[in-house]
Amino acid sequence: MSRIDVRKTYKLYIGGAFPRSESGYSYEVTDSKGAFVANAALASRKDARDAVVAARKAFGGWSGRTAYNRAQILYRIAEVMEDRRPQFVQAVAQSEGLTASKADQAVDAAIDRLVWYAGWADKITQVVGNANPVAGPFFNLSTPEPTGVVAVLAPQGSSLLGLVSVVAPVVVTGNTVVVVSSYDRPLPAVTFAEVLATSDVPGGVVNLLTGSAATIGPWLASHMDVNAIDLTGIAGDPALATDLEVAAADNLKRVRRAPAAEPDWTLDPGTEPMTAFLETKTVWHPIGV
Amino acid sequence: MPSPFEYAPAPESRSIVDIRPSYGLFVNGEFVDGHGTSFKTISPATEEVLAEIAAADDADVDAAVRAARKAYDKVWSRMPGRERAKYLYRIARIIQERSRELAVLESIDNGKPIKESRDVDVPTVAAHFFYYAGWADKLGYAGFGADPQPLGVAGQVIPWNFPLLMLAWKIAPALACGNTVVLKPAETTPLTALLFAEICQQADLPPGVVNIITGAGDTGQALVAHPGIDKVAFTGSTEVGKAIARSVAGTDKRVTLELGGKAANIVFDDAPVDQAVEGIVDGIFFNQGHVCCAGSRLLVQESIADELLARLKRRMSTLRMGDPLDKNTDIGAINSGEQLARIRELSEVGDAEGAERWEVACDLPTKGFWFPPTLFTGVTQAHRIAREEVFGPVLSVLTFRTPAEAVEKANNTPYGLSAGVWTDKGSLILSMASKLRAGVVWANTFNKFDPTSPFGGYKESGYGREGGRHGLEAYIR
Repeated sequence: MSRIDVRKTYKLYIGGAFPRSESGYSYEVTDSKGAFVANAALASRKDARDAVVAARKAFGGWSGRTAYNRAQILYRIAEVMEDRRPQFVQAVAQSEGLTASKADQAVDAAIDRLVWYAGWADKITQVVGNANPVAGPFFNLSTPEPTGVVAVLAPQGSSLLGLVSVVAPVVVTGNTVVVVSSYDRPLPAVTFAEVLATSDVPGGVVNLLTGSAATIGPWLASHMDVNAIDLTGIAGDPALATDLEVAAADNLKRVRRAPAAEPDWTLDPGTEPMTAFLETKTVWHPIGV
Repeated sequence: MPSPFEYAPAPESRSIVDIRPSYGLFVNGEFVDGHGTSFKTISPATEEVLAEIAAADDADVDAAVRAARKAYDKVWSRMPGRERAKYLYRIARIIQERSRELAVLESIDNGKPIKESRDVDVPTVAAHFFYYAGWADKLGYAGFGADPQPLGVAGQVIPWNFPLLMLAWKIAPALACGNTVVLKPAETTPLTALLFAEICQQADLPPGVVNIITGAGDTGQALVAHPGIDKVAFTGSTEVGKAIARSVAGTDKRVTLELGGKAANIVFDDAPVDQAVEGIVDGIFFNQGHVCCAGSRLLVQESIADELLARLKRRMSTLRMGDPLDKNTDIGAINSGEQLARIRELSEVGDAEGAERWEVACDLPTKGFWFPPTLFTGVTQAHRIAREEVFGPVLSVLTFRTPAEAVEKANNTPYGLSAGVWTDKGSLILSMASKLRAGVVWANTFNKFDPTSPFGGYKESGYGREGGRHGLEAYIR
């Protein structure tokens, strides 16, 4: 008789812990052919609010770390993912219905993207900041700072590469994140959260909710302690995107608008995914008095 | 005993300015009639009517946007950057040549002291055009890609506190990057923008590149909502900023918002006290406190609070208030009756909530809109005068004991435009500067502006930066 396998419970990731949804709800996740795979937690409004609290609590510490330290931690995430590569390949193939070689490429690209962003941690300040030659005896310097707590609606299609491509650029600069995974393909995201939990990422820096971006998005868009929102995950739904942008205006969140269709994640992302969630701070000091 | 140092009146002549009885809209290089209900602009210092101003209705806004689009398509977006630059240099030079005229007109229409419009506003306006002129043919080196492109037509709405300077902050980078503009000045201060339109004519700027439309809030709304614009740039209240953010939702319009503030000016016990007092005065009483980045909350370390306040009051008592055109005037008129009512209302709330009011004893002119330099002590973080933007010469004084408490109090606001820090300890300055959630931090100085220096807020003070290399990003893709 063959051994009965021990299945994993897929949970949320909030403040460094893995709770079920406080609502008690879950939903069926199937593979690309429609066969049942697991029940994922269906995140509620309360879960979203808990996640924002955790993200806010983590912001001071994370943004206060040295850029070198954040780089080390992002690189560590890549290392741990590489170590668990077969698991991710299997999960991505199952979620997205990819061939083994295509899933291989997606996981490679996700890991490589983390390595790429890890390197940005201690370079972005030099690339987007500068001294300003003001017409007077003043030292004047403009440097980027993280915007704060960023809500991210992760893409619906690309369950891992897309997720990494919207989370890494936000946290590498010192923001903290509440991310809503792909609704239909949440399992690679939960596994990614398990990697984060074992990669020296402080609890609360990345908080992952599985469930519906259309349901949770409005709560995050209107939350007064969220500083910015990335609407990538509702690409192709301009009506919802408009509603969320209107809600975001209540506290003037920075909005990264939803594209017409999900982007090609294999392209060079450029610096915009980082700069969208940076503020420029300019400091003046007199010289010579 | 009368002071041995009495000042004789030293009024600047207003004969240099020729104010016409009425003004039209500046569309496609010409002054044309507006079809809304025209309105009067007055001198806030005397309530004298200065001119009748046309108001743009929806059709006028549409005509201006079309003119800007045509100029963009046919002329401006095709012109090499080095040629655009020369137009901007021309404008900068004409502003310098006509600087006294602009300064006098600004003081008459706005109420700000001539020494400020003459020594701060107008020179900075010329410098701003000169600075961005030089970027026009160097955009590929600015760090926004090798071949950045203009956005198209920019709709720009500006406030009344720095009428000409805000115009420069909006128009100079937009034009340098190859955009054309439709700009609406504030209802109470349209005159220098209309004089700027004449400067554009003198510079032979191609018609339609700059369009100036006057009117009230509904004109601004029509401009921002017009489907023919690609970019909205707004400076003004947070409330209107939020309405704009809502109105552009679901469009491809790019937006920059420079909104309100409630800046903390933090003075530590080792600060150079005389310099700090000057900085506090400059921070809140410069431009009658009509400054979005004004240092309206003084946070003073408890151990020096009494001494600092005594010196501050003594210094405030030497401020000269009155005729904006008098060269000795430090504090001019409040810009409008509406704004004066707002300042009075919030000050009365300060009294009612238990803060203690102290104001400079001085005779206020009988005509015009005036409010004496005022400070409130015993203010708590819950008081409305510590939370809401007064936008007038009213300082709220709070105290703190530790740097951590100062940071906590300074950041306890939905705004995040600016902050000030006064201490002789360098490491304390740097740690405070990094912890204050504000777009501009002035250390041992305050209210300094420069074309090369990016300006703009965190949180509900808006988004985007104006000035410097960073300011280009708002006008290119």
